[in-house]
Amino acid sequence: MLRLVEAVVGYRSPITPPVTLDVARGEVVGLAGPNGVGKSTLIRAVFGAARLFSGRIERASGARIGYLPQAPVRLAEAPLTGRELLSSVGAQDFAPPARLGEKLDRRIDRLSGGEYQLLMLWATLAGDHELVLLDEPTNHLDAGHIATAVEEIAAARARRATLVVSHEREFLEAVCTRIVTLGGAHG
Amino acid sequence: MDSLFALPFFAGLPLALILPLVGLFLRLRDEWLATLGLAHLAGAGALAGMAAAWPPIAGALFGALGGGALKHWAGGLGNSSYGLMILAGWAMTLLVAANTALGEALGHALVDGQLFFAGGLEAAVAAVCLAVGLPLLRWLAPRLIAARFFPEREKANHLPAWRWHLGFDLMAAALIAAGAATLGLMASFALVFVPAWLAFRCAPDWHRAQGWAAGLGAAGYGLAFALALVLDQPFGPVVVAVLVLFFVLSALTCRPASADF
Repeated sequence: MLRLVEAVVGYRSPITPPVTLDVARGEVVGLAGPNGVGKSTLIRAVFGAARLFSGRIERASGARIGYLPQAPVRLAEAPLTGRELLSSVGAQDFAPPARLGEKLDRRIDRLSGGEYQLLMLWATLAGDHELVLLDEPTNHLDAGHIATAVEEIAAARARRATLVVSHEREFLEAVCTRIVTLGGAHG
Repeated sequence: MDSLFALPFFAGLPLALILPLVGLFLRLRDEWLATLGLAHLAGAGALAGMAAAWPPIAGALFGALGGGALKHWAGGLGNSSYGLMILAGWAMTLLVAANTALGEALGHALVDGQLFFAGGLEAAVAAVCLAVGLPLLRWLAPRLIAARFFPEREKANHLPAWRWHLGFDLMAAALIAAGAATLGLMASFALVFVPAWLAFRCAPDWHRAQGWAAGLGAAGYGLAFALALVLDQPFGPVVVAVLVLFFVLSALTCRPASADF
């Protein structure tokens, strides 16, 4: 579904070391590494939001991509429920996790930080994406929310390829089928 | 209602219903200042059109559509580009008004509101605005909401997003131009700005926010129309005052959102 071959990416100048990895359908590949090594930049380069300086990035032709950014857009005021937000991205027909389901009829600007992050994660996971890119999905999540996130990523694993960036090693080990460390040895 | 005033009333009512709905999306996109920028360009266009012997509404449409297109191709500068439009429109309006015979009167009319002089052309344009605008907004809604909260989703999936962003920009420009030419510049701005702000503060969901916005727009318009007639006042300032009063009253009764970031 996704192949990187000696890919060096960045914005104005290269940031990452050369990266080679494959992500196949049914896999959840974790990207680990120290701060500033370019994990988020690499994930953004997959869909052209960061620049490829050398090497290759190959996506399966026509693959639909779901992307959760490191800091999802959050408006201070928005008269929109979680259910309406999910509907806008075509994710309304998928049963949400129970702890999110009970909050779906509240305005999204009245959700806690963790509830909002879980909603945005679910909006990315639900739907018919074939390649899912998650950048620090556990931001703002407490232990209970993280357990829910692990369950939902695992539940959707079979029907898609997933690439996850996280600074939380424990989370990556719980959710990934394989971990690649940028700027270090493959795990 | 006296038949003399029936046509102006029905020329403004469709705009009072749809302008607040456009305001909801402009506020969602953090582009609410668009209203004032596009209204100023519409006013300037109407005056410039008069100088070229065009109907005011045609010049207004030309000015506002030009502003909407320029904003789109300027790369999404948002409120900054609308600030420039306000300045450019204001300067052009006053300069044309100062240098033409008819311009001064029309300049006052655009600012004060000239609804009571609206005729069949304005009524027809307003009806078309509502008939075309409502289904277009309904189609655009999920796309604009998704684009606001997942801005990179379009790029990641090579979606033809420019079509709906440009489509919304041009539709907003056309509706604001029709509003400025029929209701007046500040009345048009108030109808886009105030009901949407109230709905953002108070409505429990997007569906009802649309009902609140359109309902407040129509109620404010109807009340202002009656007050302006009974008290023999210009329509523009009355509708602005009524909508501001609505906002003050709502501030006493409605709890704004309090997000836990």
